[in-house]
Amino acid sequence: MSAAIETEGLTKDFSVGFWRPRPYRALDHLTLTVEAGEVFGFLGPNGAGKSTMLKLLMQLLYPTSGEARILGRPAGDAAVRQRLGFLAENPCYYDYLTAEEMLAYFARLFGYRGAEVGTRVARVLDEVGIGKERRLRLRQFSKGMIQRVGMAQALLNDPEVLFLDEPMSGLDPLGRRHVRDVILALRAKGCTVFFSSHILSDAETLCSRVGVLVQGKLVASGPLSEILAFELKGWELVVGCGPQLHAELATLARTVTPLSDGHVLLHLAPDAEPDRVVGELTRRGAHIVSLNPVRETLEDYFVQVVGATADRDASGVGA
Amino acid sequence: MRTIWIVAGASFKESVRDRVPYTMVVFAVLMIAASYLLSELTAGQDLKIVKDLGLAAMSTFGLVIAVFIGIGLVSKEVERKSVFGLLTKPVSRTQFILGKYLGLVTTLAVNLTVMTLAYYAVLFYMDVIATAGMRASWAAPALDPRQLVAIVLIMGQLAMVTAVALLFSTFSSPLLSALLTSGLWVAGHFNGDLRQFEQVVDQPAVAWIARALYYLLPNLAPFNVRAEVVYGLPVSASHVGFTLLYALSYSSALLVAAVAIFRRRDFK
Repeated sequence: MSAAIETEGLTKDFSVGFWRPRPYRALDHLTLTVEAGEVFGFLGPNGAGKSTMLKLLMQLLYPTSGEARILGRPAGDAAVRQRLGFLAENPCYYDYLTAEEMLAYFARLFGYRGAEVGTRVARVLDEVGIGKERRLRLRQFSKGMIQRVGMAQALLNDPEVLFLDEPMSGLDPLGRRHVRDVILALRAKGCTVFFSSHILSDAETLCSRVGVLVQGKLVASGPLSEILAFELKGWELVVGCGPQLHAELATLARTVTPLSDGHVLLHLAPDAEPDRVVGELTRRGAHIVSLNPVRETLEDYFVQVVGATADRDASGVGA
Repeated sequence: MRTIWIVAGASFKESVRDRVPYTMVVFAVLMIAASYLLSELTAGQDLKIVKDLGLAAMSTFGLVIAVFIGIGLVSKEVERKSVFGLLTKPVSRTQFILGKYLGLVTTLAVNLTVMTLAYYAVLFYMDVIATAGMRASWAAPALDPRQLVAIVLIMGQLAMVTAVALLFSTFSSPLLSALLTSGLWVAGHFNGDLRQFEQVVDQPAVAWIARALYYLLPNLAPFNVRAEVVYGLPVSASHVGFTLLYALSYSSALLVAAVAIFRRRDFK
């Protein structure tokens, strides 16, 4: 596979403060490679530098040092932009235009002419699920609908590389499902998708690889299968039983949490032999509602990595 | 070039869908019409008043539209972040600036055309109802086509003011841009005085600064030929040609500066 996106020591400093400006490093020597056809999740807490990275790749910002290449050409190259799609975080467009008019405007900027413009616009609007609202001016659109229009404009040119900055932001569950389906369809077509998010469940569903950014530094990167060992962390067992059994449950489980309707949630240790526990409880008159293994999630990993970085910085290690 | 025109087209559409320019044009047309009523109160000066007020209304309202839209042309896009959508398409920053400029100049040209039609309609009415005696007292015919020269120069001036507003819009807020542009417009009309300044001051440094300012600030006085047109005095072709060439050169220089600033900007 060839690299779709490469960055080498990409660094961005901003100047903060009005009277006594001081430098603030938003991105710190970021070196990263995203292969063609990958869906890469760029994760990090708020203010980690995810949007800065995307803006550097789209050359809305200029790097302080380092370089970025997209499809083998320097970021910002006019010919490369023809092959890219970009959705900004909380996008804002021309509210005096209708969705159709705005997309037709952008389609013409991509060089499409005549009937091709209308065909493409109609196709992408269908793809993102905008129906008759397409003839309304954007000022009448909700935040979620604007996000969909943003997605549509990013797909206009059948991009080879698609950059999405928090694409699920502002969307209702249906909208999120829709965007997820669009990304999965693009992945199937071989499009490279680079998206930033702090919604980890989406990243877990969609990404082949992820990178974790904390305070401008890439603290982890790799395939999900390597990052998460999918190690068994325990068992979640829900049982229904009378109060006379509650005291005994505490001896079988690490934690016992009463739920509604007389149900109780038990957290068992990974080596607790759930078959034996289930047999024991059944014999004592309890009925089993559900039994599920608990494995490490991307969220666990994220919390662990972000927490470790924050602790290291607080103790001054590596400063 | 196609990209520039596509951006210009969208910019023009934005102005067309904005109510403010409409209001200004309607107000200007009303003022041109009202000048006729005013002329009724004066004896023998009726046509002069209509021409004077009409051309002044075109110039003033054109200026208000140029400043009002021009100051937000770039800064509004940056502020509301709609610039992200555009600059991530195959559009260079130079094409963006030139497109925005041409869009507004086209808007101004259309607005000025509407005002010109209203102006000539009033003059036509006056011409129709005028007696032979009244016509004889006029310094120039009512429908004198030379008035178009004044209107063309107003357009040249507006194109220059638009470039000034656009330049400020690339790096400052709309309010500051409005103040700076209006300030330059006022200074531009008194620019000629700076040339004479060195004759009344003894200090060479002050004289040098005055001369530098004379060349640096826009010189808008040559664009005002209203008095000549109203009194039927000749306006030479060379004056018109050189003034328009000056507008073109000065606007081009400002656009080069605007592009240079905009190309270096980070969009956070």
